Amino acid sequence: MNGLLKIQNVSKTFGGFTALSGVSLEIAQGERFGLIGPNGSGKTTLINCVSGTLRNEAGSIEFDGEDVTRLPAYQRTRRGIARSFQIPRPFHSMTVAENLAVPLEYVVHKGSLHMADTRAEALELLRQMKLAEKADTPSRNLSQVELRKLELARAMAARPRLLISDEAMAGLSGSEVEEVLEILFELNRRGITIIMIEHIMQAVMRFSQRVVCLDAGRIICEGAPADIVQNPEVQRAYLGA
Amino acid sequence: MSRMKFWIGSAVALILGVGLPFAPINEYVFYAGYMVLTFVVMATAWNILGGYAGYVNFGPPAFFGIGSYAAVVLFKSLNAPLAVQIAGAALMGGLLGLGVGLLTLRLRGIFFAIATVAIVFIMETLMVNWRYVGGATGLQLLRPPVELYASYTRMLFAVMAAMSVAAVALARYIQTSWLGRGLRALRDSEEAAESAGVPTLKLKLFACAVSGALMGAAGAPMPMYLSFIEPPSTFDLNYTVGSLGGAIIGGVGHWAGPIVGAILLGTLQQVVTVTISSEMNVLVVGVLLVVFVVAAPEGVLGLFKKAFKK
Amino acid sequence: MFSLDLLLEALLFGVLLGCFYAAVSIGLSVSFGLLDVPNVAHPAIMVLGSYCTWLLSARTGLDPLLAGGLLMPAFFLLGVLIYRFYYETFEKRGSEAGVRGLAFFFGLTFIVEVGLILAFGVDQRSVEAGYIGRSFSLGDYRIPMRMGVAFAVALLLTFSLSVYLSKTFTGRAIKAVAQDEPALRLMGANPVRIKQWAFGIATGVSALAGAMLIIVSPVEPAMDRLYIGRTFCVVVLAGLGSMTGTLAAGLILGIVESVVLMQFGASWAPAVAFGLLLIVLGIRPQGLFGR
Repeated sequence: MNGLLKIQNVSKTFGGFTALSGVSLEIAQGERFGLIGPNGSGKTTLINCVSGTLRNEAGSIEFDGEDVTRLPAYQRTRRGIARSFQIPRPFHSMTVAENLAVPLEYVVHKGSLHMADTRAEALELLRQMKLAEKADTPSRNLSQVELRKLELARAMAARPRLLISDEAMAGLSGSEVEEVLEILFELNRRGITIIMIEHIMQAVMRFSQRVVCLDAGRIICEGAPADIVQNPEVQRAYLGA
Repeated sequence: MSRMKFWIGSAVALILGVGLPFAPINEYVFYAGYMVLTFVVMATAWNILGGYAGYVNFGPPAFFGIGSYAAVVLFKSLNAPLAVQIAGAALMGGLLGLGVGLLTLRLRGIFFAIATVAIVFIMETLMVNWRYVGGATGLQLLRPPVELYASYTRMLFAVMAAMSVAAVALARYIQTSWLGRGLRALRDSEEAAESAGVPTLKLKLFACAVSGALMGAAGAPMPMYLSFIEPPSTFDLNYTVGSLGGAIIGGVGHWAGPIVGAILLGTLQQVVTVTISSEMNVLVVGVLLVVFVVAAPEGVLGLFKKAFKK
Repeated sequence: MFSLDLLLEALLFGVLLGCFYAAVSIGLSVSFGLLDVPNVAHPAIMVLGSYCTWLLSARTGLDPLLAGGLLMPAFFLLGVLIYRFYYETFEKRGSEAGVRGLAFFFGLTFIVEVGLILAFGVDQRSVEAGYIGRSFSLGDYRIPMRMGVAFAVALLLTFSLSVYLSKTFTGRAIKAVAQDEPALRLMGANPVRIKQWAFGIATGVSALAGAMLIIVSPVEPAMDRLYIGRTFCVVVLAGLGSMTGTLAAGLILGIVESVVLMQFGASWAPAVAFGLLLIVLGIRPQGLFGR
């Protein structure tokens, strides 16, 4: 397997509470990977450790052959890991286009800002997300689905090789879910490895090539979508023991 | 405001600031003007960290003070000219800003704020116990004869005017550039900014250092102005009020806010102090600060914006 | 040079002083440590409490401690009002209001301090009581009786607040709201009202702390600035939210300050609390017993 992301034995505790315990995972280049698990199972914590928002106490995280465990989040982004946030965090004092200008200026054009035309690039990204008309709207005036798309657009603006989508579809209507799903499929077609965290099972199953289920900070099952759905451990985790 | 308009405006302000002291105007104008301009620089400096990045600094007196005392040390030991004093003061202010930042910027915003309160006391205590600069009783300074202008008040007014223009230009540059966008991003959501590739700690340290350096520079001419230096008036709480108040009342987040705020507060200060009392002045500013923070968070600038939208 | 006798005396005094510092910080331990409210106005309100104690005691001849105790309900209400206002204006609007909330309390500090100057002038005020001005002997050392009184009240206060927070239902709710607000909501409790109540208690305690302050030494309006350093030092050193930590931290501060005072003189004393605070923030920001 051409492992783009290698998570080895990662553990994370908060005070007395163990959020992650010995999690190991390998994700291949170009893969569509699904991460599921009941609330509180540690999905977002794991993602936070991968993106650098949190530091794991034990274990290592390797991206494209490089150990990134000690790197701060912004450096991981510069190496190609991008993520959206479960609860959208737009830069609320800025317009939609300015939101995208930030990663464009700080990641893509880090060395050569004077030559950058970030507006054109931002508009192109927004066009792909079908948000182009909102380019100059203050981001705090967006609707839920528009905020979710902005989250993804901002993550994409950093030109990542690995995109982590953290519950981007939560609370969206059927057609909106379809919209986001189609965007993610398209991104993957262009070669971007995607990790999807979702509760909307049919979306995860349609999208993922491989799925892992977490419960109480541990991996309880790993395999193809069809197998995961039928796994009794997974059903028990969701329905509660 | 377009770039052209800004530079023309700055040039005019500079010419006025440097040229006006030659005119036969009452000395009091330049005395009061010097104080107002000091607050313009202080509020502008405060705004870079407090307004753009959202990190509240209660320590302006510490940075102002270290600038004043650095100037005194340079003058006393090397007979340094004013320009060198200002440069040295800016350096010390910047280093202090960097130091405080390194110590606390990894923590939540409130710990940074508390650390800045601590710094004021520590700096004042250090200066009180340092014989070389006069300790608690202070130091008299023998000023060299004033050059070019009729009096020190006039000359330092001109110096402050030039410094204000430079400070505002710097603030405007930071605000409108990618630096400003990064600072605003980290103020809006530090986690999202990090994930978007913004080196938040480095940017915060940068803002801290620049802010501290400007405040230090503002403090440098003061010993020459008074031909005297002592801890209590140097580490005066008024500088905190003026910086914070000026920026918040004028409008944080925009380079023009501190100018408006400082001029408003400075004028108010002169009026109230002369007609009522100086304690009343602090009370008035305190009340204004609370009122604005609660009711008009975007400051006077924000109020204007809203008025024009209608 | 170094006299063991002087050192022991400094240590003894430091312990008494430390307990006093713990007592005046305990209100902040609740409001900032547990509730996360950036209450930089805490020392100013305490000084307000000192002045109110002085007024009440001077007018009615009441013992200052008693006066302080009588003021507690009024200060409790004041605390509730302040928190309510703070919550409606700032906390509700999310973290972007953090800067403004801080500026608000700072402005409040200002207004209280200057208000006191305008009302009472800058002169020092002090109270009179049977135990002020006398001292008793402990072995070879003479201890000012007022320090002993403050020590006793401090211990009592810390102890009862600790017990309240761990044994009573509301007390435990207060601790819970700091750690797990959603869980509290699920239990049917209203976090805002709990925080309001807690803030009220913290402010009420400040009234008593103010009484102790004016018993221990004369007060003047600008004293709040010095106590910002001492109270925040204690609270941060203790570790946010730890009541017993507050006592330990207070003792440490009291002893260090006392020893510095003995060795280096009064001109260095103001920097001790602030210096210690910076050191703690730099080395171990979660304090001794932090969560």
